[in-house]
Amino acid sequence: MPTAIKPHRRRSQPVGMTYQFLPEVKKYTTKMAASGETMLKKPHVGKKRKPPTRYWEGTEENGKNDGKKQKEGDNNKQTPQQNKKRTKEGGKRGGAGEKILSGKSDPFPGSAPVPEEKLKKFKRGEKGELPPRPQYKLRDVVVRSEAASDLAQKQNARYDLMLPEDAGFLEGDEDEDTCTISQDDIADAVDITAGAKYFNLTLSQFGPYRLDYSKTGRHLLLGGRRGHVTCLDWQSKQLMCEMNVMETVNDVKWLHSEALFAVAQKKWLYIYDNKGIELHCIRKFNDVLRMQFLPYHFLLATASATGFLQYLDVSVGKEVVAICTKAGRLDVMAHNPHNAIIHLGHSNGTVTLWTPNQREPLVKMLCHQGGVRSVAVDKTGTYMVTSGMDKKLKVYDIRSYRPLQSYFLPAGASCLSLSQRGLLSAATGDIVQVYRDVWGTPVTKPYMAHRAKGSVWGVHFCPFEDVLGVGHGEGFTSMVVPGAGEPNFDGLDANPYRSAKQRQEWEVKALLEKIQPELIGLDPSQLSQVDHSTWEQRHEDRVQALGFDPLAKEKFTPRLKTKGRSSSGKVEKRKKQVAHEDQRDVIRQTVEDRMKIDKERKEKEKKEAAAAGQKSALDRFRK
Amino acid sequence: MVSPKIFSQSTNTLPANKGGYCPQHPVGEVTRKHMAVRIILLFIHINAMKVKVLSRNPDDYVRETKLDIQRVPRNYDPSLHPFEVPREYTRALNATKLERVFAKPFLASLDGHRDGVNCMAKHPKSLSTMLSGSCDGEVVWNLTKRECVRTLQAHEGFVRGMVVRFCGTSFFTVGDDKTIKQWKMETPGYGEEEEPLNTILGKSVFTSIDHHQKEGVFVTCGQQVDIWDEQRSSPIRSFSWGVDSFSCVRFNPVETELLASCASDRSIVLYDMREATPLKKVIMNMRSNTLCWNPMEAYNFTCSNEDYNLYTYDMRYLDKPFTVHMDHVSAVLDVDYSPTGKEFVSASFDKTIRIFPKDSGHSREVYHTKRMQHVISIKWSSDNKYILSASDEMNIRLWKANAAEKLGLLAPREKAAVNYSQKLKDKFQHHPQIRRIARHRHLPKSIYSQSKELRVMKEARRRKERNVRKHSKPGSMPVVTEKEKHVVTVVK
Repeated sequence: MPTAIKPHRRRSQPVGMTYQFLPEVKKYTTKMAASGETMLKKPHVGKKRKPPTRYWEGTEENGKNDGKKQKEGDNNKQTPQQNKKRTKEGGKRGGAGEKILSGKSDPFPGSAPVPEEKLKKFKRGEKGELPPRPQYKLRDVVVRSEAASDLAQKQNARYDLMLPEDAGFLEGDEDEDTCTISQDDIADAVDITAGAKYFNLTLSQFGPYRLDYSKTGRHLLLGGRRGHVTCLDWQSKQLMCEMNVMETVNDVKWLHSEALFAVAQKKWLYIYDNKGIELHCIRKFNDVLRMQFLPYHFLLATASATGFLQYLDVSVGKEVVAICTKAGRLDVMAHNPHNAIIHLGHSNGTVTLWTPNQREPLVKMLCHQGGVRSVAVDKTGTYMVTSGMDKKLKVYDIRSYRPLQSYFLPAGASCLSLSQRGLLSAATGDIVQVYRDVWGTPVTKPYMAHRAKGSVWGVHFCPFEDVLGVGHGEGFTSMVVPGAGEPNFDGLDANPYRSAKQRQEWEVKALLEKIQPELIGLDPSQLSQVDHSTWEQRHEDRVQALGFDPLAKEKFTPRLKTKGRSSSGKVEKRKKQVAHEDQRDVIRQTVEDRMKIDKERKEKEKKEAAAAGQKSALDRFRK
Repeated sequence: MVSPKIFSQSTNTLPANKGGYCPQHPVGEVTRKHMAVRIILLFIHINAMKVKVLSRNPDDYVRETKLDIQRVPRNYDPSLHPFEVPREYTRALNATKLERVFAKPFLASLDGHRDGVNCMAKHPKSLSTMLSGSCDGEVVWNLTKRECVRTLQAHEGFVRGMVVRFCGTSFFTVGDDKTIKQWKMETPGYGEEEEPLNTILGKSVFTSIDHHQKEGVFVTCGQQVDIWDEQRSSPIRSFSWGVDSFSCVRFNPVETELLASCASDRSIVLYDMREATPLKKVIMNMRSNTLCWNPMEAYNFTCSNEDYNLYTYDMRYLDKPFTVHMDHVSAVLDVDYSPTGKEFVSASFDKTIRIFPKDSGHSREVYHTKRMQHVISIKWSSDNKYILSASDEMNIRLWKANAAEKLGLLAPREKAAVNYSQKLKDKFQHHPQIRRIARHRHLPKSIYSQSKELRVMKEARRRKERNVRKHSKPGSMPVVTEKEKHVVTVVK
């Protein structure tokens, strides 16, 4: 029964092919157009040598070919039409070296190519498999959306070339270590505005200081251990407020904008506005030691001396959840900017990962022997850097929880901070070291180093600037670290130059798209993935309710045929023809793939052989 | 601002003195020997470091004058925009909620009839014109100014059907007085009498009329289906197939020679105008009231049935409907397709209007008001934006086809925002939270309880069938799908 086989054959066209090669199609056509002329020169029929004559060619030739042309008749007639079609296609794409009216050819035909790594930067996830052909509507939807996202990716990559700023850098002479270059040298070498970013604030009375930069990087908040709290626009050095809260200050943190900040004081958590007016005293949050602010969730996460991890929703002023970690005093805390998970370091050397949705830690990692002193997570949520009492600095891949690097620092690092471009600052005693690319090749020397006046209490990279803020016993130092900050900011997300009106508008928009705390999880893109398990459960329920499976495939029953064609043997044969129909495509695909690979390999070998060995005289005897 | 290579002029500075740090020797242990070595080193390389520090010129990022718009430099790097999916989800959720907030579909009620409105007709050329016929023989014209333009006494008794000629210059009405009348579209001048252009006296009552899309031919139905030439006073062709009465007849708008009619013997009959006999018919469990062809897919039509359902058929395969559309809780009286052919609207005896996507089994929207009684006739306007419903209590109501749509001109940014939020809603439509909000509709208590009751009854029937199947010989009780249940037979 050949009719039964036919559909298979048709379906056996590799399903993924059209889709996989979607971008390739273009390439193919341009190639066609480019080689169009040469292709046309080839004989259409075996005998014919010359292409059909054209009226614009010389009249002599015309006369010559006249006789031939009549002879060849029909075959000849078709070629001009095909020719036209092809040139038309070629015209659209602008094939390489194609001539235009003036006789010049475009040396760069078509649109400019986009560099591969740029495209990779804007890639979001892998492409899924296309649904099978019978679901043609869904298939169409998927193909269209894939095409749209490809286009967006390409456009983004193109736009990336037009970004105005380049990142900073610092290079020493051949034998010179960049870490020996002092801040004064850098400040002297660069222009005045950039040089002014290196400055010291001598505040010896109320130190040591903790600090925080606002999300846009314009504003600096300093909190001295002995109660001195001040916030300023650090670039213009304009003081916004200064006060002494007459209590121990454990930590300070900007909230979503530069209008509000939180101060963890001796007993309670306080919220002030940028004039220094106390807005709230939150008595539910006591003995807070460290704070982290999750800007897209409007959550202030606090870790307290009593072992509680608490979340405060600052947009509504409610406590979201209070988790008793049962891990003692919590004074090491970091948050993962990629998925808003809180990392806590403990005195037994473990680092635990928390969300507000679960009372237990998501992950517990043993990172150090002895206590953890500091934790930092990079912007993409790939790497975690920890330092411990064992004087080690370790780098982990927190997608797979694998250790990548381990360094030994003679003095051990007390504070860590990661910049937007992946520089790591580590404070050891009164020295701040900056390392570059700690997760790649093992680092032997710091990128930069600087000695502060007192023992360092807090380090923080300024977003969108090449600046590292260092809070220490004698005040505050703003260090210039070339290459630390992201050079190009996004005006709709964090704009350092925004006006008051723009800030208001941003605030409204940001509040409208506040992410609910329930959506915090290890994988932030989980919402966009297909939920197979729920579907299966629902399908099971449906089968239960209906009493049959509505999606079940109908069993094949061979039709009754007359004249001996329904003998049991024939029926079995017919059944065999449709058996394992679903697997056939897969099998055929794999066989085809294998054959293709084999063929490629053989060709490659042949080429290599041709390239490598000159033909020896003995080759002729080879089979 | 900063040239990429700046060579420092300070050559003889000692970094250690200025707070520089030598990694090999922790600070504080710099011995004299070391210092000497380093000084020499520094003298040898005349300090040729290269440095560049980010230093932005504010003029590039701030607008020049207050009259300019603000500058917003963009960087689309995904790592600068974390939580892409949760933020989009939140936006989609907000968009869905706002859609429900702004869902105010009712626009106007056109009153003026003195009896229930029985039929309506769209004008093929003018969006602002629409015709309605009531039970006391009046024909009223309505405009988007929401006022009646012209009233005329067309028939004695009910006006059963009306249709505007494809050119829009005249229209036809049929009534209970067994007449077909053709009228001019223009209002008669001052002093002129309201008189029909043509009057044809038939033998029996006509129940429905439809006009050919291109030619001067129209079709009526009553005891049989008659095809008339506009120039003649007797039908050029009559079809009957052992039935005594038809309730509705419609020309196919694409394949213009095809016709379909609903007959009182629970059948839908298909005809070709060029042939002498009907093509085929499908007999269903209950009677269909009206039908409407899909204006974009020539072979599909939807019929409104007495058994509370609507059925979409492919005319090539009549043995089972393409889709069964359920949700009404009483007989469906009328149906009309949107001009895009993607959706249709149905009017029901349960005092509601429902909008169905053409390939979905359940409605996406339900409209009702406190005062609206049994909806008899329904039309979807030719610009795909409005729905007109005519009901028992003498009113014609104007509704929006998309309940939350903003009417009037939209600014480009508004349009972009609408498109964006629509895309987001589509993307996340299957998420339970969003689906719950998007599907929520307030229903009158009677309809709510009735639909609940129907659901219980259906479930009970299904359970019984399941039990019977469980206790009978395997294969003896085949599964009959919902689509197959309602068709009795197809006759050719």
